Amino acid sequence: MDNKQNQLPLWEVFIQGKNGNPHRHAGSIHASDKNMALQNARDIYTRRGEGRSIWVVKSDNIIASTLDEEGEFFDTTDDKVYRHPTFYKVPEGVKNM
Amino acid sequence: MNTKDAVYNFCLRMADNNLISGQRLTEWCSRGPILEEDLAMTNLALDLFGQAESFFDYAASLNGNVKSADDLAFLRSERQYYNNLLVEQPNGDFAVTMMKQFLFSAFQKLMYEALTESNDDTIKGISTKALKEAKYHFRHSSEWVIRLGKGTKESHERVQLAINELWRFTTDMFEMNATDEELISTGISANLETIYGKWNFVVGEILKEATLAIPDAAKIIKGGCNGMHTEHLGHILTEMQYLQRAYPGATW
Repeated sequence: MDNKQNQLPLWEVFIQGKNGNPHRHAGSIHASDKNMALQNARDIYTRRGEGRSIWVVKSDNIIASTLDEEGEFFDTTDDKVYRHPTFYKVPEGVKNM
Repeated sequence: MNTKDAVYNFCLRMADNNLISGQRLTEWCSRGPILEEDLAMTNLALDLFGQAESFFDYAASLNGNVKSADDLAFLRSERQYYNNLLVEQPNGDFAVTMMKQFLFSAFQKLMYEALTESNDDTIKGISTKALKEAKYHFRHSSEWVIRLGKGTKESHERVQLAINELWRFTTDMFEMNATDEELISTGISANLETIYGKWNFVVGEILKEATLAIPDAAKIIKGGCNGMHTEHLGHILTEMQYLQRAYPGATW
């Protein structure tokens, strides 16, 4: 049997570790609906106290740039060093930069 | 019956329920329908083992730790086990397992809610912590019951068969004996008749949403809280206790 027919839809999981931190991509899971997706994400990615908030989104709903576009998307910034914030000093005590 | 003996018996009943239902869930380990659910079920089992341990520890301490929590789990025979008949029933297919979990989690959730008002501080403490887990177990299993009930023709048939098979064991969860009498009068445990009323409502709502019919309560089977079990418990204990029986005191 085609393995894909036997699989539930794929969802991407984003976990927020601490209040104020961004949600970070943790991985993906399979689930048939949004409730199951949240619970599966909770069971798989937050078993060791990793999170306080979870986002799930159907993988189909994520629009990704392709490798073909890499050049036109990203190479053009290579020679514009003045856009990089490297001329600043990060003050002491600032975390999560 | 004096209060101490009643608390001891009650802790064994609570621990046994958790231990046996946890043991049943671990039978799914590496056999789940999908990886995610495999992990979810073993997660539930771990929660239940944790709750069992808390109640066994408390029971052991009441008798001066002459018998340890491990002794209580691994060195009693089936007539000395007080778990409900429902949790010892075989897993069947996934629908039977989830239905069993749903009927039991609904009971546990209501029980722990009531026990957060217990006059016994240890039972109150264990229950307050366990309630969070029981709420999640209820949520997880009830959503599966709804999903299967409203899913395909086959999933609906299977989950209806599951409740037809399991319903006769549900009344047993609300059986009371001298232990309950003593604990109700001292405000340590709840009146299971009250819990039964709430349970019927909660379970009825979910089953309605799942478009499942409640079977006729023709053949009611009871006896768990008095140590009277179905044939299945002996088989579970044989497997679970093998190591401690064959190699007494073995540790690793």
